[in-house]
Amino acid sequence: MSVLGYTIKRLLQMVLVLFAVSVIVFLMMSFTGDPVFMVIPIDSTAAEIEQARRLLGLDRSLLSQYFIFLGDMLQGDFGRSYVFRQPAMQLILERLPATIEMVLVAITLATAIAIPLGVYAGANPNRPVSRGIMAGSLLGISLPGFWVGMMLIFFFSVRYPLLPSSGRGDTVEVFGLRLSIFTADGFAHIILPALTLALATLAIMLRITRAGMMEVMRQDYMRFARAKGASRRSILFRHGLKNALIPVVTIFGLQLGDLIAFATITETIFAWPGTGKLLIDSIYRGDRPVIVVYLMLTAFIFVAINFLVDIVYTLIDPRISVK
Amino acid sequence: MTRFLSSEFFYHYRRNLPAIFGSALLLCFTLMAIFGPLLVAQDPYDVTQLELMDSFKPPVWLEGGDPRYLLGTDGQGRDVLASIVYGARISAFIGLAAMLCSCLIGTTLGLVAGYYGGLADSVIMRIADIQLSFPSMLIALFLMSAFGTGIDMVLIALTAVGWVVYARTVRGSTLGEIQKEYIQAARVAGLGNVAIIRKHVLPNVLTPLIVVSTIQVGTFILIEASLSFLGVGVPITQPSLGLLVKEGFDVLFSGIWWTSAFPGLFIMFLVFGINLFGDFLRDELNPRLR
Repeated sequence: MSVLGYTIKRLLQMVLVLFAVSVIVFLMMSFTGDPVFMVIPIDSTAAEIEQARRLLGLDRSLLSQYFIFLGDMLQGDFGRSYVFRQPAMQLILERLPATIEMVLVAITLATAIAIPLGVYAGANPNRPVSRGIMAGSLLGISLPGFWVGMMLIFFFSVRYPLLPSSGRGDTVEVFGLRLSIFTADGFAHIILPALTLALATLAIMLRITRAGMMEVMRQDYMRFARAKGASRRSILFRHGLKNALIPVVTIFGLQLGDLIAFATITETIFAWPGTGKLLIDSIYRGDRPVIVVYLMLTAFIFVAINFLVDIVYTLIDPRISVK
Repeated sequence: MTRFLSSEFFYHYRRNLPAIFGSALLLCFTLMAIFGPLLVAQDPYDVTQLELMDSFKPPVWLEGGDPRYLLGTDGQGRDVLASIVYGARISAFIGLAAMLCSCLIGTTLGLVAGYYGGLADSVIMRIADIQLSFPSMLIALFLMSAFGTGIDMVLIALTAVGWVVYARTVRGSTLGEIQKEYIQAARVAGLGNVAIIRKHVLPNVLTPLIVVSTIQVGTFILIEASLSFLGVGVPITQPSLGLLVKEGFDVLFSGIWWTSAFPGLFIMFLVFGINLFGDFLRDELNPRLR
C-alpha cells in the first residue's frame, strides 16, 4: 500500500475513534446525575422541572439525545458552562495556550536532559556513573509527581523564597498567543511547574534512549564505523543515536499525551491557569459541558499525535513498510 | 527450599544488589503493613485518642519535637507515622487488589482473543487500541469523576484502566504458544478448547504475567495516589498515602512540611522497591535478554 493510502486509512481510523469516544462520553454523562438540576432554581415545582426537561430535550430517547449532541458538536456548539455562563469551547480555548506552553517547555526540558544522559549510559553501561544515572531514572519513575511539585514549592518558595509558586506571571503576546516564557517574570513562574511535569518523562525517555543505544552498540555497522576511523563522538551521535532514536520518537508521542494528562495535577498544585486546572474545578462543580469539551478536545489531540507519530515513524525508519 | 537456594534464579538474585535492596524495601513495607498498628501508639481513626493540644508538632529531631510523635503530628494532633502506617495499608491493598482484578479480567480476555481469534479478537483488541491511545491517568480520572469516589470505585477505575496491558501481553504469548506442536497434540488427543486453554496455554503464558504484575502494582499505587491527591480517590475516612499528602498541601505554605513530605517519601520507597524488584524479574525471566 502506498504511503498516501496508508495515510487515508489512518485518517478514517481517527474519525472512528473520535466517534467511539463521543459515544462513550455521552453515555458516561447520561448515567451520572440529572443535568436538569444544574439549570433550574432549587425551589422549582415538579411541573417546572418537567417543563425544563422538555426544553432541554431530556424527555426524549437516549438515541435521539445522542444525535442532538453529535449534531450540535459537529456544528461547533458544545453548550455553555453552567458556572461561567459562557460557551464551554471558548473557556477551554482561552486556557489552552497556558497548558500547551507548560507541556512544551516540560518536554523540551526532558528531551534535552534525557537524550545525552541516555546516550552516555547506553554507550558505557558498566561505568558507575551510568549505574547512578539508571538508579536515578528508576527513582524518577517511582516518584509521585504531585509530591515532587509540593516539595519544590516548599524549598524554593516557602523556605528560600526564590521562585513564585502560583500563577503564570507576566505574559506577552506572541503570534496572537499569550505566553509566559518570554518575560522574566513569566519565566520564573514556569520553572517549577515545568520541572515537576518533566521529571517522569525525563526518566522514561532516558531509559528508552539507553535501551536503544545498547541495542545499536551491538550492531556490526558500529564496529565498521570505528574501523573506518570515525571519532568516538561521531560514531555515537551520527551512527548510534540516529538509529536509537526510532523508539524514542514513539515514546515522545505517548509522553506528550501523558504530559497533557498529568498537567491537570501540576496545574492544580501551581495554580497554573490552564485547561487542566479548569477541568479539575469543573469536576468539583459538576460543570458538565466543560468536561465534555475537555474530553473531546484532548481525545482529538491524542489521536492527532498518534497519527503524526505513525507517519513520522514510516518516514524516519525505511525498514518499516506500510501494511 | 534447597532447590530454590541452589537455583540459577537465586544465584543471579544474590549478585544483584538493586534487586536485594528492592526486595528488602518491600519486606520492610510488608512487615510495617502487618505489624505496624501494633507498634504505633495511636489509632489515627480513633478521635478520642487525639489531643488537639499536640497539633502541628514537628518531627522529634527538630526544636519543639515530642518523643511520642517520631515524625510529628498534623493539625488534629494525629501522629504522622501512625497515619502513614494505616495509609500504607490502604495504598498497598488498592495496588494489589487492582492488580489481581485487572490480571484476572485482562488475562481471560487475552486468552480468548489469542486462542479463538476472529471477531472476539478484533473487538477486544480494537477496544484495547482505543484505550491505549489515552493516558491511563486521564481515563481513571474521568471514571472517578463520573461515577463517584470510594475505595471500591478506585478499584473499578484501576481495573478498567489496567486490563489492557494484561490482555495484550497474554494475547501475544498465546498466539506464539498455539502454533506449537503440543497444543495440536492436545487437540488430537480430544481435549476441549477450555481444557486446552486452562491446562496447556495458561501455564505457558504465566511468566510474562509475573513481570507485568509486579510493575503494575507500582503503577496502580501511583495512579491511586494521584487520584486521591486530586480529591476523587479514597474517602477522607480511609486516607491512603496520596490523600495524606493532599491534606498536608494546605499547611505547606505555613512551613509545615512534615505532614506531606513523609507520606510522599513512603510512596516513593514503596514504588521504588517494587520497580527495582520488577526490573530484576524482567531481566531474569525474559529469555530474549539472556
